[in-house]
Amino acid sequence: MATDLRRGGPRPGRWRVRGAPYAFLLPAVALFALFFALPIGYALYLSLRKVEVKGLGLGSGARQEVWAGLSNYTAALSDSELLSSALRVLGYGAIVVPSMLGLALVLALMLDAERTRLGGFSRLAIFLPYAVPGVIAALMWGFLYLPDVSPFHYLLDRAGLPAPDLLDGGPLYVALANIALWGGTGFNMIVIYTSLRSIPVEIYEAARLDGASQLQTALRIKIPIVAPSLVLTFFFSIIATLQVFSEPTTLKPLTNSLSTTWSPLMKVYQDAFVKNDIYSAAATSVVIAVITLVLSFGFLKTVGSRSNRGETQ
Amino acid sequence: MTAPATRRIAWVPTVALLVGALYCLLPVAWVVVAATKSGRELFSTFTFLPGTGFTDNVADLSAYRDGVYWRWMLNSLFYAGFGALLSTAVSALSGYALAVYRFRGRETLFNVLLAGVLMPPVILAVPQYLLMAKADMADSYLSVLLPLILSPYGVYLARIYAAAAVPPDVVEAGRMDGGGEWRIFRSVALPMMVPGLVTVFLFQFVAVWNNFLLPYIMLGDDQKFPVTLGLYTLLQQGSNTPALYTLVITGALLAVLPLIALFLVIQRFWSLDLLSGAVKS
Repeated sequence: MATDLRRGGPRPGRWRVRGAPYAFLLPAVALFALFFALPIGYALYLSLRKVEVKGLGLGSGARQEVWAGLSNYTAALSDSELLSSALRVLGYGAIVVPSMLGLALVLALMLDAERTRLGGFSRLAIFLPYAVPGVIAALMWGFLYLPDVSPFHYLLDRAGLPAPDLLDGGPLYVALANIALWGGTGFNMIVIYTSLRSIPVEIYEAARLDGASQLQTALRIKIPIVAPSLVLTFFFSIIATLQVFSEPTTLKPLTNSLSTTWSPLMKVYQDAFVKNDIYSAAATSVVIAVITLVLSFGFLKTVGSRSNRGETQ
Repeated sequence: MTAPATRRIAWVPTVALLVGALYCLLPVAWVVVAATKSGRELFSTFTFLPGTGFTDNVADLSAYRDGVYWRWMLNSLFYAGFGALLSTAVSALSGYALAVYRFRGRETLFNVLLAGVLMPPVILAVPQYLLMAKADMADSYLSVLLPLILSPYGVYLARIYAAAAVPPDVVEAGRMDGGGEWRIFRSVALPMMVPGLVTVFLFQFVAVWNNFLLPYIMLGDDQKFPVTLGLYTLLQQGSNTPALYTLVITGALLAVLPLIALFLVIQRFWSLDLLSGAVKS
């Protein structure tokens, strides 16, 4: 790099051009170091520490922070509560992700279909929940689930039918999944719709000349072409699902069936701030982060190698 | 294809989309109706039957603890508005640098910044809180504002947009004219990036306004709460005193309305194509 500089030496602006991108990136890098890298490093450090109590634990120096080796990790990995919260979130994700993406795809195809009316209104209405905070979405649906307030309960009651308790047992998963579905479908629909719109018109002309129906065009042409955006939305939905926190936290005051450790992130919060055990919370955080990263990179790699193969064909 | 056939309405997609729209509008319609009900009406009349207490509810909400609700709204406006502005500035600088310059470590830097997207927020928020507490900054406005300024997604969008909107020869021409790098960015590139930056700003505004986790962890003093956290604490107290439910519902309506209004006005300016840009590039 030094020789490069000397070669460009005679022109006074050279160094400024070379240094400029680093200067432009300085704020981002500084913020990254302070609010991403440093906290992650600190969490790693804490996850390897623990507090040792001497004697009765009274007086200064009785509680001492010492190295803990991997004991926090073995404790986290063998914690049955963490495992069951992970299983709950997997069950929840198994409902949310396929139904949300399926619905988003179907709606995007319908928006893109010929001779659809009121498409602009519907598109806007379906995208609207994106502007509603998760906490408020959970709060509104929470009231709609409450037997005393719910219109569903009212109507079922009038019809003389038994109403399911949406805030307990199996239906609780559906109730929570519905909040995520409501909030996320519109955004994913727009992403898929946008890539549908970028398909050249000539392709449709050709399909029409071949006598393809709208349904056939959708199945054979549109869906394969937008597959990459489906992969992208799938990926982001999975990540968002693993991180579910505010919706169950908000619903908690309305039901006794949601424990304080319902999702893994809720357990981290509980450990850190209610039990005041930041060390095991840090270890659990690191475990969740590693699982997320491994899943993400594994997924991106699989998708990447597959699309490369597609290009070479 | 004959002319009448093209004018025919496709009923299946039209109706399916309208059902989808109704489903999405249902909770919003409910909160509008429920906010008009007095505490007694809420639990006794049919869900979608309008009540008589809207002005009372708003007055009660405004009077609640000396108008703390409006303070929450102002706080949210501050966090989201100021946070999104700073975030857009940082994204614009980094996106421009990553798109226009070729330099050592460019892709590495970009990938490292992007990796931030994958970090679950709670994993960051807990140590962020502990570090803030060490710096004696926990429970302050800055503790909520600062961690949200760097948005990996914003940097990513700004880079894609700058690559598409700022032609390299324009930058080169600016250099020929003897313009410094900063001047070229300020007066040549930045105006070209404005539509993309509006998207980044709005995206970030919504993200900060909707954020719950970070203030939930950072803040203890309810005078600094954003409206999401404020309503959450109200709801929590409501499980003991149902009278607060009407306040929660009215508060939810008033918190959602500005965002929906903003959304309706600006949705024309959103370059949503950007969101799927990843696929094409």
